[in-house]
Amino acid sequence: MTDIKQVQEEIIDEFSILEGDRESTIFYIMELGNKLADYPEEARLDENLIKGCQSKVWLTTEEKDGKVVFKADSNTDITKGLISLLIRVLSFRSPKEIIDAELYFIEKIGMGNIIGSQRSNGLAAMIKQMKLYAIAYQSKLNV
Amino acid sequence: MTLNIQNIREQFPVLDQEVNGKPLIYMDNAATTQKPKEVLEALSDYYTHDNSNIHRGAHTLADRATRAYERTRSLVKDFLNAAEEEEIIFTKGTTEGINLVASTFGRKFFTEGDEIIISTLEHHSNIVPWQMLCEEKGAILKVIPINEKGELLLDEFDKLLTNKTKLVSVVHASNALGTINPIEEIISKSHAVGAKVLIDGAQSSAHLDIDVQALNCDFFVMSAHKIYGPTGLGVLYGKREVLESMPPYQGGGEMIKEVTFEKTTYNEIPFKFEAGTPNIADVIAFQKAIEFVNKLGKANIRNHEESLLNYATEQLSLIKGFIPVGTASKKVSVLSFLIEYMHPFDVGMMLDASGIAVRTGHHCTQPLMNRFEIEGTVRASFSVYNTKEEIERLIESVSKIAKLKNK
Repeated sequence: MTDIKQVQEEIIDEFSILEGDRESTIFYIMELGNKLADYPEEARLDENLIKGCQSKVWLTTEEKDGKVVFKADSNTDITKGLISLLIRVLSFRSPKEIIDAELYFIEKIGMGNIIGSQRSNGLAAMIKQMKLYAIAYQSKLNV
Repeated sequence: MTLNIQNIREQFPVLDQEVNGKPLIYMDNAATTQKPKEVLEALSDYYTHDNSNIHRGAHTLADRATRAYERTRSLVKDFLNAAEEEEIIFTKGTTEGINLVASTFGRKFFTEGDEIIISTLEHHSNIVPWQMLCEEKGAILKVIPINEKGELLLDEFDKLLTNKTKLVSVVHASNALGTINPIEEIISKSHAVGAKVLIDGAQSSAHLDIDVQALNCDFFVMSAHKIYGPTGLGVLYGKREVLESMPPYQGGGEMIKEVTFEKTTYNEIPFKFEAGTPNIADVIAFQKAIEFVNKLGKANIRNHEESLLNYATEQLSLIKGFIPVGTASKKVSVLSFLIEYMHPFDVGMMLDASGIAVRTGHHCTQPLMNRFEIEGTVRASFSVYNTKEEIERLIESVSKIAKLKNK
Protein backbone atom coordinates (compact mmCIF):
# COMPACT_ATOMS: atom_id res chain seq x y z
CA MET A 1 0.00 0.00 0.00
CA THR A 2 1.18 3.48 -0.84
CA ASP A 3 2.29 5.57 2.09
CA ILE A 4 0.72 8.85 3.22
CA LYS A 5 3.25 10.89 1.31
CA GLN A 6 2.60 9.07 -1.97
CA VAL A 7 -1.15 9.52 -1.69
CA GLN A 8 -0.67 13.22 -1.07
CA GLU A 9 1.53 13.49 -4.16
CA GLU A 10 -1.16 11.74 -6.21
CA ILE A 11 -3.76 14.25 -5.04
CA ILE A 12 -1.45 17.17 -5.80
CA ASP A 13 -0.97 15.76 -9.31
CA GLU A 14 -4.69 15.37 -9.89
CA PHE A 15 -5.45 18.89 -8.77
CA SER A 16 -2.63 20.34 -10.88
CA ILE A 17 -4.59 19.33 -13.99
CA LEU A 18 -7.29 21.81 -12.92
CA GLU A 19 -4.68 24.63 -13.08
CA GLY A 20 -6.17 26.45 -10.09
CA ASP A 21 -9.42 27.21 -11.94
CA ARG A 22 -11.88 27.75 -9.16
CA GLU A 23 -14.98 26.59 -10.93
CA SER A 24 -13.45 23.32 -12.16
CA THR A 25 -11.88 22.71 -8.75
CA ILE A 26 -15.16 23.11 -6.90
CA PHE A 27 -17.00 20.89 -9.37
CA TYR A 28 -14.22 18.32 -8.99
CA ILE A 29 -14.40 18.40 -5.19
CA MET A 30 -18.17 17.94 -5.37
CA GLU A 31 -17.70 14.98 -7.66
CA LEU A 32 -15.33 13.43 -5.13
CA GLY A 33 -17.99 14.01 -2.48
CA ASN A 34 -20.57 12.16 -4.52
CA LYS A 35 -18.26 9.16 -4.76
CA LEU A 36 -17.70 8.89 -1.02
CA ALA A 37 -18.73 5.49 0.35
CA ASP A 38 -22.14 5.29 2.02
CA TYR A 39 -22.19 6.25 5.64
CA PRO A 40 -23.73 3.76 8.09
CA GLU A 41 -27.17 5.07 9.07
CA GLU A 42 -26.83 3.84 12.67
CA ALA A 43 -23.81 6.14 13.09
CA ARG A 44 -25.67 9.27 11.96
CA LEU A 45 -25.80 10.49 15.54
CA ASP A 46 -25.29 13.95 16.98
CA GLU A 47 -22.40 12.57 19.04
CA ASN A 48 -20.59 11.79 15.78
CA LEU A 49 -20.89 15.36 14.47
CA ILE A 50 -17.61 17.25 14.28
CA LYS A 51 -17.63 20.43 16.31
CA GLY A 52 -16.35 23.54 14.56
CA CYS A 53 -17.81 22.81 11.12
CA GLN A 54 -20.47 25.09 9.66
CA SER A 55 -21.93 22.23 7.67
CA LYS A 56 -22.89 19.00 9.36
CA VAL A 57 -20.08 16.45 9.23
CA TRP A 58 -20.48 13.00 10.72
CA LEU A 59 -17.35 10.98 11.35
CA THR A 60 -17.08 7.47 12.72
CA THR A 61 -14.26 4.93 12.93
CA GLU A 62 -13.60 1.25 13.33
CA GLU A 63 -10.46 -0.74 13.80
CA LYS A 64 -9.39 -3.40 11.30
CA ASP A 65 -6.17 -5.36 11.81
CA GLY A 66 -4.55 -2.61 13.79
CA LYS A 67 -5.57 0.06 11.23
CA VAL A 68 -8.04 2.88 11.71
CA VAL A 69 -10.88 2.99 9.17
CA PHE A 70 -12.78 6.26 8.82
CA LYS A 71 -16.29 6.74 7.50
CA ALA A 72 -17.82 10.18 7.05
CA ASP A 73 -20.73 12.07 5.60
CA SER A 74 -21.88 15.65 5.30
CA ASN A 75 -25.03 17.52 4.32
CA THR A 76 -23.09 19.57 1.78
CA ASP A 77 -21.34 18.06 -1.23
CA ILE A 78 -18.28 20.28 -1.07
CA THR A 79 -17.60 19.32 2.54
CA LYS A 80 -18.15 15.69 1.58
CA GLY A 81 -15.53 16.11 -1.13
CA LEU A 82 -13.07 17.62 1.34
CA ILE A 83 -13.48 14.85 3.87
CA SER A 84 -13.20 12.25 1.12
CA LEU A 85 -9.70 13.57 0.44
CA LEU A 86 -8.81 13.25 4.11
CA ILE A 87 -10.18 9.72 4.21
CA ARG A 88 -8.18 8.80 1.12
CA VAL A 89 -5.01 9.94 2.87
CA LEU A 90 -5.67 8.78 6.43
CA SER A 91 -8.00 5.77 6.34
CA PHE A 92 -6.57 2.24 6.69
CA ARG A 93 -3.46 3.57 8.45
CA SER A 94 -2.00 2.67 11.79
CA PRO A 95 -2.74 5.11 14.62
CA LYS A 96 0.91 6.14 14.65
CA GLU A 97 0.92 6.95 10.93
CA ILE A 98 -2.17 9.13 11.38
CA ILE A 99 -0.78 10.92 14.41
CA ASP A 100 2.54 11.61 12.65
CA ALA A 101 0.97 12.58 9.31
CA GLU A 102 1.88 15.98 7.96
CA LEU A 103 -0.91 16.94 5.59
CA TYR A 104 0.97 19.26 3.26
CA PHE A 105 -1.26 18.54 0.24
CA ILE A 106 -3.96 20.90 1.53
CA GLU A 107 -1.72 23.91 1.17
CA LYS A 108 -0.12 22.62 -2.03
CA ILE A 109 -3.44 22.37 -3.85
CA GLY A 110 -4.37 25.88 -2.66
CA MET A 111 -7.37 24.63 -0.72
CA GLY A 112 -7.44 27.63 1.65
CA ASN A 113 -8.06 30.07 -1.20
CA ILE A 114 -10.66 27.86 -2.78
CA ILE A 115 -12.81 27.10 0.22
CA GLY A 116 -12.36 30.36 2.14
CA SER A 117 -11.53 30.95 5.77
CA GLN A 118 -14.67 29.54 7.40
CA ARG A 119 -14.47 26.22 5.60
CA SER A 120 -10.70 26.10 6.24
CA ASN A 121 -11.49 26.18 9.96
CA GLY A 122 -13.93 23.35 9.40
CA LEU A 123 -11.30 21.36 7.53
CA ALA A 124 -8.86 21.88 10.40
CA ALA A 125 -11.54 20.63 12.80
CA MET A 126 -11.97 17.46 10.70
CA ILE A 127 -8.24 16.75 10.75
CA LYS A 128 -8.10 17.36 14.48
CA GLN A 129 -10.96 14.94 15.08
CA MET A 130 -9.33 12.25 12.92
CA LYS A 131 -6.07 12.61 14.82
CA LEU A 132 -7.91 12.48 18.14
CA TYR A 133 -9.46 9.15 17.13
CA ALA A 134 -5.98 7.86 16.22
CA ILE A 135 -4.61 8.97 19.58
CA ALA A 136 -7.46 7.16 21.33
CA TYR A 137 -6.69 3.92 19.42
CA GLN A 138 -2.99 4.31 20.06
CA SER A 139 -3.51 4.62 23.78
CA LYS A 140 -5.72 1.49 23.70
CA LEU A 141 -2.94 -0.43 21.95
CA ASN A 142 -0.45 0.69 24.59
CA VAL A 143 -2.57 -0.55 27.48
CA MET B 1 -38.23 57.72 -16.31
CA THR B 2 -35.92 54.95 -17.47
CA LEU B 3 -32.60 54.98 -15.68
CA ASN B 4 -29.30 54.77 -17.51
CA ILE B 5 -27.87 51.79 -15.67
CA GLN B 6 -24.46 51.95 -17.35
CA ASN B 7 -24.07 55.53 -16.10
CA ILE B 8 -25.09 54.45 -12.64
CA ARG B 9 -22.63 51.55 -12.66
CA GLU B 10 -19.79 53.91 -13.44
CA GLN B 11 -20.44 55.64 -10.15
CA PHE B 12 -19.62 52.40 -8.27
CA PRO B 13 -15.89 51.68 -8.58
CA VAL B 14 -16.14 48.34 -6.75
CA LEU B 15 -18.29 46.84 -9.50
CA ASP B 16 -15.49 47.18 -12.02
CA GLN B 17 -13.48 44.09 -11.13
CA GLU B 18 -13.10 40.41 -11.79
CA VAL B 19 -13.43 37.71 -9.17
CA ASN B 20 -12.21 34.20 -9.86
CA GLY B 21 -11.44 35.27 -13.40
CA LYS B 22 -15.02 36.38 -14.09
CA PRO B 23 -16.60 39.85 -14.05
CA LEU B 24 -18.08 40.47 -10.61
CA ILE B 25 -21.85 40.19 -10.40
CA TYR B 26 -22.86 41.57 -7.04
CA MET B 27 -26.23 40.21 -5.92
CA ASP B 28 -25.89 40.44 -2.14
CA ASN B 29 -27.53 43.83 -1.89
CA ALA B 30 -29.93 42.89 0.89
CA ALA B 31 -26.84 42.30 3.06
CA THR B 32 -25.20 45.56 2.05
CA THR B 33 -25.20 47.74 -1.02
CA GLN B 34 -22.11 49.11 -2.71
CA LYS B 35 -21.19 52.79 -2.32
CA PRO B 36 -21.14 55.43 -5.06
CA LYS B 37 -18.03 57.54 -5.59
CA GLU B 38 -19.63 60.60 -3.97
CA VAL B 39 -19.96 58.72 -0.69
CA LEU B 40 -16.35 57.52 -0.83
CA GLU B 41 -15.12 61.02 -1.69
CA ALA B 42 -17.17 62.60 1.09
CA LEU B 43 -15.51 60.27 3.60
CA SER B 44 -12.06 61.11 2.37
CA ASP B 45 -12.85 64.86 2.07
CA TYR B 46 -14.09 65.03 5.61
CA TYR B 47 -10.90 63.54 7.05
CA THR B 48 -8.74 65.54 4.64
CA HIS B 49 -10.28 68.96 5.28
CA ASP B 50 -12.80 69.13 8.11
CA ASN B 51 -12.00 66.50 10.73
CA SER B 52 -13.06 67.87 14.07
CA ASN B 53 -15.28 66.91 16.98
CA ILE B 54 -18.76 68.29 16.61
CA HIS B 55 -20.88 70.58 18.83
CA ARG B 56 -19.41 72.96 21.41
CA GLY B 57 -16.21 73.51 19.43
CA ALA B 58 -15.07 77.14 19.37
CA HIS B 59 -13.19 76.86 16.11
CA THR B 60 -13.91 76.91 12.40
CA LEU B 61 -13.33 73.22 11.68
CA ALA B 62 -15.63 72.16 14.53
CA ASP B 63 -18.27 74.49 13.17
CA ARG B 64 -17.92 73.09 9.64
CA ALA B 65 -18.12 69.50 10.88
CA THR B 66 -21.13 70.29 13.09
CA ARG B 67 -23.01 71.95 10.28
CA ALA B 68 -22.32 69.08 7.88
CA TYR B 69 -23.35 66.53 10.52
CA GLU B 70 -26.61 68.33 11.26
CA ARG B 71 -27.30 68.76 7.54
CA THR B 72 -27.52 64.97 7.29
CA ARG B 73 -30.10 64.97 10.07
CA SER B 74 -32.15 67.42 8.08
CA LEU B 75 -31.85 65.31 4.91
CA VAL B 76 -32.87 62.17 6.81
CA LYS B 77 -35.85 64.03 8.23
CA ASP B 78 -37.00 64.78 4.68
CA PHE B 79 -36.10 61.26 3.49
CA LEU B 80 -38.52 59.81 6.07
CA ASN B 81 -40.82 62.82 6.05
CA ALA B 82 -40.51 63.21 9.82
CA ALA B 83 -42.08 66.29 11.35
CA GLU B 84 -38.91 67.53 13.06
CA GLU B 85 -35.16 67.04 12.89
CA GLU B 86 -35.10 66.36 16.63
CA GLU B 87 -36.97 63.12 15.97
CA ILE B 88 -33.98 61.74 14.03
CA ILE B 89 -31.40 59.91 16.16
CA PHE B 90 -28.19 58.53 14.73
CA THR B 91 -27.32 54.98 15.79
CA LYS B 92 -24.86 52.28 14.74
CA GLY B 93 -27.55 50.63 12.64
CA THR B 94 -30.96 48.99 12.71
CA THR B 95 -29.88 46.56 15.42
CA GLU B 96 -28.84 49.36 17.74
CA GLY B 97 -32.03 51.27 17.00
CA ILE B 98 -34.15 48.33 18.15
CA ASN B 99 -31.95 47.72 21.18
CA LEU B 100 -32.19 51.39 22.10
CA VAL B 101 -35.98 51.22 22.11
CA ALA B 102 -35.98 47.94 24.06
CA SER B 103 -33.54 49.33 26.66
CA THR B 104 -35.24 52.67 27.19
CA PHE B 105 -38.91 52.54 26.19
CA GLY B 106 -39.05 48.84 27.11
CA ARG B 107 -37.36 49.15 30.49
CA LYS B 108 -39.41 52.15 31.51
CA PHE B 109 -42.86 51.17 30.40
CA PHE B 110 -43.03 47.37 30.47
CA THR B 111 -44.33 45.47 33.47
CA GLU B 112 -45.15 41.83 34.09
CA GLY B 113 -47.78 40.41 31.77
CA ASP B 114 -47.39 43.11 29.10
CA GLU B 115 -47.27 41.80 25.56
CA ILE B 116 -45.08 42.43 22.53
CA ILE B 117 -46.10 41.24 19.08
CA ILE B 118 -43.54 40.50 16.37
CA SER B 119 -43.87 38.35 13.23
CA THR B 120 -42.46 35.09 11.90
CA LEU B 121 -40.56 37.10 9.29
CA GLU B 122 -38.36 38.95 11.77
CA HIS B 123 -34.59 39.15 11.62
CA HIS B 124 -32.90 38.04 14.85
CA SER B 125 -32.29 41.71 15.66
CA ASN B 126 -36.06 42.19 15.99
CA ILE B 127 -36.48 39.06 18.10
CA VAL B 128 -33.63 38.81 20.59
CA PRO B 129 -33.85 42.34 22.15
CA TRP B 130 -37.53 41.65 22.91
CA GLN B 131 -36.79 38.21 24.35
CA MET B 132 -34.23 39.85 26.64
CA LEU B 133 -36.79 42.45 27.68
CA CYS B 134 -39.44 39.78 28.28
CA GLU B 135 -37.04 37.83 30.45
CA GLU B 136 -36.22 40.88 32.52
CA LYS B 137 -39.77 42.17 32.90
CA GLY B 138 -41.88 39.02 32.76
CA ALA B 139 -43.48 40.27 29.55
CA ILE B 140 -44.84 37.97 26.85
CA LEU B 141 -43.70 37.70 23.23
CA LYS B 142 -46.31 36.78 20.63
CA VAL B 143 -45.66 36.00 16.98
CA ILE B 144 -47.82 36.66 13.91
CA PRO B 145 -47.82 33.52 11.74
CA ILE B 146 -47.41 33.44 7.95
CA ASN B 147 -48.83 31.47 5.05
CA GLU B 148 -46.87 29.25 2.62
CA LYS B 149 -46.12 32.24 0.40
CA GLY B 150 -44.45 34.04 3.26
CA GLU B 151 -47.23 36.56 3.90
CA LEU B 152 -48.48 37.60 7.34
CA LEU B 153 -51.83 36.19 8.43
CA LEU B 154 -53.61 39.35 9.49
CA ASP B 155 -56.63 37.49 10.88
CA GLU B 156 -54.25 35.82 13.30
CA PHE B 157 -52.72 39.20 14.12
CA ASP B 158 -56.19 40.47 15.09
CA LYS B 159 -56.47 37.60 17.56
CA LEU B 160 -53.08 38.36 19.12
CA LEU B 161 -53.89 42.02 19.78
CA THR B 162 -55.23 42.65 23.28
CA ASN B 163 -55.38 45.56 25.67
CA LYS B 164 -52.16 44.14 27.14
CA THR B 165 -50.28 44.68 23.87
CA LYS B 166 -47.79 47.42 24.58
CA LEU B 167 -45.69 47.23 21.46
CA VAL B 168 -45.92 45.78 17.97
CA SER B 169 -42.53 45.51 16.28
CA VAL B 170 -42.61 44.27 12.70
CA VAL B 171 -40.42 44.30 9.66
CA HIS B 172 -41.49 46.43 6.70
CA ALA B 173 -39.86 44.14 4.10
CA SER B 174 -38.47 40.68 4.91
CA ASN B 175 -34.72 40.34 4.42
CA ALA B 176 -34.96 36.60 3.78
CA LEU B 177 -38.02 36.43 1.50
CA GLY B 178 -38.62 39.99 0.32
CA THR B 179 -42.27 40.07 1.50
CA ILE B 180 -43.60 43.61 1.89
CA ASN B 181 -45.88 43.72 4.91
CA PRO B 182 -49.12 45.73 5.11
CA ILE B 183 -47.74 47.98 7.83
CA GLU B 184 -50.41 50.69 7.43
CA GLU B 185 -53.05 48.22 8.57
CA ILE B 186 -50.83 46.82 11.33
CA ILE B 187 -50.12 50.31 12.67
CA SER B 188 -53.74 51.44 12.75
CA LYS B 189 -54.96 48.21 14.36
CA SER B 190 -52.18 48.38 16.96
CA HIS B 191 -52.98 51.97 17.82
CA ALA B 192 -56.63 51.02 18.27
CA VAL B 193 -55.65 48.92 21.32
CA GLY B 194 -53.22 51.57 22.55
CA ALA B 195 -50.01 49.81 21.49
CA LYS B 196 -46.98 51.62 20.10
CA VAL B 197 -45.49 50.42 16.81
CA LEU B 198 -41.90 50.00 15.69
CA ILE B 199 -41.19 49.41 12.00
CA ASP B 200 -37.94 47.72 11.00
CA GLY B 201 -37.11 49.49 7.76
CA ALA B 202 -33.69 47.95 7.15
CA GLN B 203 -34.80 46.34 3.88
CA SER B 204 -37.52 48.74 2.84
CA SER B 205 -35.84 52.13 3.05
CA ALA B 206 -33.79 51.69 -0.14
CA HIS B 207 -36.80 50.68 -2.21
CA LEU B 208 -40.09 51.96 -0.79
CA ASP B 209 -41.26 55.51 -0.14
CA ILE B 210 -41.23 56.13 3.58
CA ASP B 211 -43.50 58.72 5.16
CA VAL B 212 -43.44 58.24 8.92
CA GLN B 213 -46.11 60.89 9.45
CA ALA B 214 -48.55 59.28 7.03
CA LEU B 215 -47.72 55.84 8.42
CA ASN B 216 -48.13 57.23 11.92
CA CYS B 217 -45.61 54.70 13.30
CA ASP B 218 -44.05 55.50 16.67
CA PHE B 219 -40.57 54.26 15.73
CA PHE B 220 -38.88 53.55 12.42
CA VAL B 221 -35.36 52.09 12.26
CA MET B 222 -32.99 51.71 9.33
CA SER B 223 -29.34 51.24 8.36
CA ALA B 224 -27.31 53.55 6.14
CA HIS B 225 -25.26 50.80 4.54
CA LYS B 226 -28.26 49.18 2.93
CA ILE B 227 -29.02 52.34 0.98
CA TYR B 228 -25.60 53.05 -0.54
CA GLY B 229 -24.27 54.71 2.63
CA PRO B 230 -21.44 53.77 5.00
CA THR B 231 -21.51 50.85 7.46
CA GLY B 232 -21.77 51.43 11.20
CA LEU B 233 -24.51 54.02 10.88
CA GLY B 234 -28.25 53.87 11.27
CA VAL B 235 -31.23 55.99 12.08
CA LEU B 236 -33.89 55.72 14.74
CA TYR B 237 -36.93 57.86 14.08
CA GLY B 238 -39.26 58.32 17.05
CA LYS B 239 -42.24 60.59 17.61
CA ARG B 240 -41.22 63.55 19.75
CA GLU B 241 -43.60 62.82 22.64
CA VAL B 242 -42.52 59.17 22.75
CA LEU B 243 -38.80 59.99 22.63
CA GLU B 244 -39.22 62.63 25.32
CA SER B 245 -40.96 60.15 27.59
CA MET B 246 -38.04 57.71 27.33
CA PRO B 247 -35.00 57.67 29.64
CA PRO B 248 -31.51 58.04 28.06
CA TYR B 249 -29.83 55.01 26.47
CA GLN B 250 -26.15 55.41 27.33
CA GLY B 251 -24.53 57.88 29.70
CA GLY B 252 -21.60 60.06 28.71
CA GLY B 253 -20.74 63.23 26.90
CA GLU B 254 -23.18 65.01 24.60
CA MET B 255 -26.27 63.50 26.24
CA ILE B 256 -26.13 65.72 29.36
CA LYS B 257 -27.34 69.20 30.20
CA GLU B 258 -25.48 69.57 33.48
CA VAL B 259 -23.38 67.18 35.53
CA THR B 260 -22.54 67.46 39.20
CA PHE B 261 -21.48 64.58 41.41
CA GLU B 262 -24.86 64.83 43.11
CA LYS B 263 -27.12 64.91 40.08
CA THR B 264 -27.06 65.02 36.30
CA THR B 265 -29.71 66.51 34.09
CA TYR B 266 -30.10 65.25 30.55
CA ASN B 267 -29.95 67.02 27.24
CA GLU B 268 -32.95 67.42 24.92
CA ILE B 269 -33.70 65.03 22.05
CA PRO B 270 -31.97 63.99 19.83
CA PHE B 271 -28.76 64.52 21.84
CA LYS B 272 -30.14 62.70 24.87
CA PHE B 273 -29.74 59.51 22.83
CA GLU B 274 -26.39 60.28 21.18
CA ALA B 275 -23.85 59.85 24.01
CA GLY B 276 -20.19 60.14 23.10
CA THR B 277 -18.47 61.27 19.92
CA PRO B 278 -20.68 59.97 17.12
CA ASN B 279 -19.74 58.45 13.79
CA ILE B 280 -19.19 61.91 12.29
CA ALA B 281 -17.51 61.03 9.00
CA ASP B 282 -20.04 58.38 8.09
CA VAL B 283 -22.98 60.59 9.04
CA ILE B 284 -21.64 63.32 6.77
CA ALA B 285 -20.94 60.92 3.90
CA PHE B 286 -24.45 59.50 4.24
CA GLN B 287 -25.79 62.75 2.76
CA LYS B 288 -24.33 61.73 -0.56
CA ALA B 289 -26.11 58.37 -0.44
CA ILE B 290 -29.45 60.03 0.27
CA GLU B 291 -28.86 62.53 -2.53
CA PHE B 292 -27.96 59.66 -4.85
CA VAL B 293 -31.29 57.94 -4.13
CA ASN B 294 -33.26 61.19 -4.33
CA LYS B 295 -31.70 62.09 -7.65
CA LEU B 296 -32.61 58.76 -9.24
CA GLY B 297 -36.01 58.69 -7.56
CA LYS B 298 -37.24 55.72 -5.58
CA ALA B 299 -40.06 55.04 -8.04
CA ASN B 300 -37.52 54.69 -10.86
CA ILE B 301 -35.23 52.52 -8.74
CA ARG B 302 -38.21 50.34 -7.84
CA ASN B 303 -39.31 49.97 -11.47
CA HIS B 304 -35.87 48.79 -12.49
CA GLU B 305 -35.48 46.39 -9.57
CA GLU B 306 -38.97 44.98 -10.05
CA SER B 307 -38.33 44.24 -13.70
CA LEU B 308 -35.12 42.41 -12.72
CA LEU B 309 -36.92 40.46 -10.01
CA ASN B 310 -39.81 39.49 -12.29
CA TYR B 311 -37.51 38.42 -15.10
CA ALA B 312 -35.28 36.39 -12.78
CA THR B 313 -38.22 34.71 -11.02
CA GLU B 314 -39.91 33.84 -14.29
CA GLN B 315 -36.80 32.41 -15.95
CA LEU B 316 -35.35 30.60 -12.94
CA SER B 317 -38.72 28.93 -12.31
CA LEU B 318 -38.30 27.12 -15.63
CA ILE B 319 -35.17 25.36 -14.35
CA LYS B 320 -35.66 21.78 -13.20
CA GLY B 321 -35.02 21.55 -9.46
CA PHE B 322 -35.46 25.29 -8.80
CA ILE B 323 -37.61 25.93 -5.72
CA PRO B 324 -38.49 29.53 -4.86
CA VAL B 325 -38.81 30.27 -1.13
CA GLY B 326 -41.16 33.17 -0.45
CA THR B 327 -43.62 33.97 -3.20
CA ALA B 328 -45.55 36.86 -1.67
CA SER B 329 -47.56 38.97 -4.08
CA LYS B 330 -45.75 42.11 -2.91
CA LYS B 331 -41.97 41.84 -2.68
CA VAL B 332 -38.84 43.95 -2.69
CA SER B 333 -36.07 42.72 -4.99
CA VAL B 334 -35.09 39.65 -2.97
CA LEU B 335 -35.13 36.19 -4.53
CA SER B 336 -34.64 33.31 -2.10
CA PHE B 337 -34.46 29.81 -3.50
CA LEU B 338 -33.26 26.24 -3.18
CA ILE B 339 -32.04 23.73 -5.71
CA GLU B 340 -33.49 20.29 -5.15
CA TYR B 341 -31.03 17.73 -3.71
CA MET B 342 -28.41 20.44 -3.14
CA HIS B 343 -27.29 22.32 -0.07
CA PRO B 344 -27.48 26.15 -0.32
CA PHE B 345 -23.78 26.41 0.70
CA ASP B 346 -22.75 24.34 -2.30
CA VAL B 347 -24.89 26.39 -4.66
CA GLY B 348 -23.49 29.64 -3.22
CA MET B 349 -19.93 28.46 -3.60
CA MET B 350 -20.45 27.40 -7.17
CA LEU B 351 -22.09 30.72 -8.00
CA ASP B 352 -19.12 32.50 -6.42
CA ALA B 353 -16.83 30.50 -8.64
CA SER B 354 -18.73 32.02 -11.58
CA GLY B 355 -18.21 35.51 -10.15
CA ILE B 356 -21.74 35.81 -8.72
CA ALA B 357 -21.99 37.03 -5.13
CA VAL B 358 -25.10 35.80 -3.31
CA ARG B 359 -25.84 34.98 0.32
CA THR B 360 -26.54 31.51 1.64
CA GLY B 361 -27.74 30.30 5.01
CA HIS B 362 -30.49 31.28 7.41
CA HIS B 363 -30.13 35.05 6.84
CA CYS B 364 -30.41 35.66 10.61
CA THR B 365 -34.01 34.41 10.48
CA GLN B 366 -33.78 30.94 11.99
CA PRO B 367 -37.40 30.85 13.24
CA LEU B 368 -38.55 31.69 9.71
CA MET B 369 -36.37 28.92 8.25
CA ASN B 370 -37.84 26.53 10.85
CA ARG B 371 -41.31 27.55 9.71
CA PHE B 372 -40.43 26.33 6.22
CA GLU B 373 -38.55 23.33 7.68
CA ILE B 374 -35.36 24.26 5.87
CA GLU B 375 -31.84 25.08 7.07
CA GLY B 376 -31.44 28.06 4.83
CA THR B 377 -31.74 29.35 1.29
CA VAL B 378 -29.69 30.87 -1.50
CA ARG B 379 -30.59 34.55 -1.70
CA ALA B 380 -29.98 36.79 -4.68
CA SER B 381 -30.96 40.41 -4.04
CA PHE B 382 -30.93 43.08 -6.73
CA SER B 383 -30.10 46.75 -6.64
CA VAL B 384 -30.30 49.68 -9.00
CA TYR B 385 -26.91 48.88 -10.59
CA ASN B 386 -27.76 45.28 -11.54
CA THR B 387 -28.48 44.62 -15.19
CA LYS B 388 -30.60 42.24 -17.25
CA GLU B 389 -27.36 40.74 -18.61
CA GLU B 390 -26.29 39.93 -15.06
CA ILE B 391 -29.62 38.20 -14.43
CA GLU B 392 -29.03 36.19 -17.59
CA ARG B 393 -25.66 35.06 -16.23
CA LEU B 394 -27.31 34.13 -12.94
CA ILE B 395 -29.90 32.05 -14.81
CA GLU B 396 -27.20 30.37 -16.88
CA SER B 397 -25.11 29.50 -13.81
CA VAL B 398 -28.06 28.28 -11.72
CA SER B 399 -29.18 26.17 -14.64
CA LYS B 400 -25.73 24.58 -14.95
CA ILE B 401 -25.52 23.93 -11.20
CA ALA B 402 -29.05 22.51 -10.97
CA LYS B 403 -28.29 20.02 -13.74
CA LEU B 404 -25.66 18.36 -11.54
CA LYS B 405 -28.40 16.82 -9.40
CA ASN B 406 -31.55 17.32 -11.48
CA LYS B 407 -30.99 15.52 -14.74
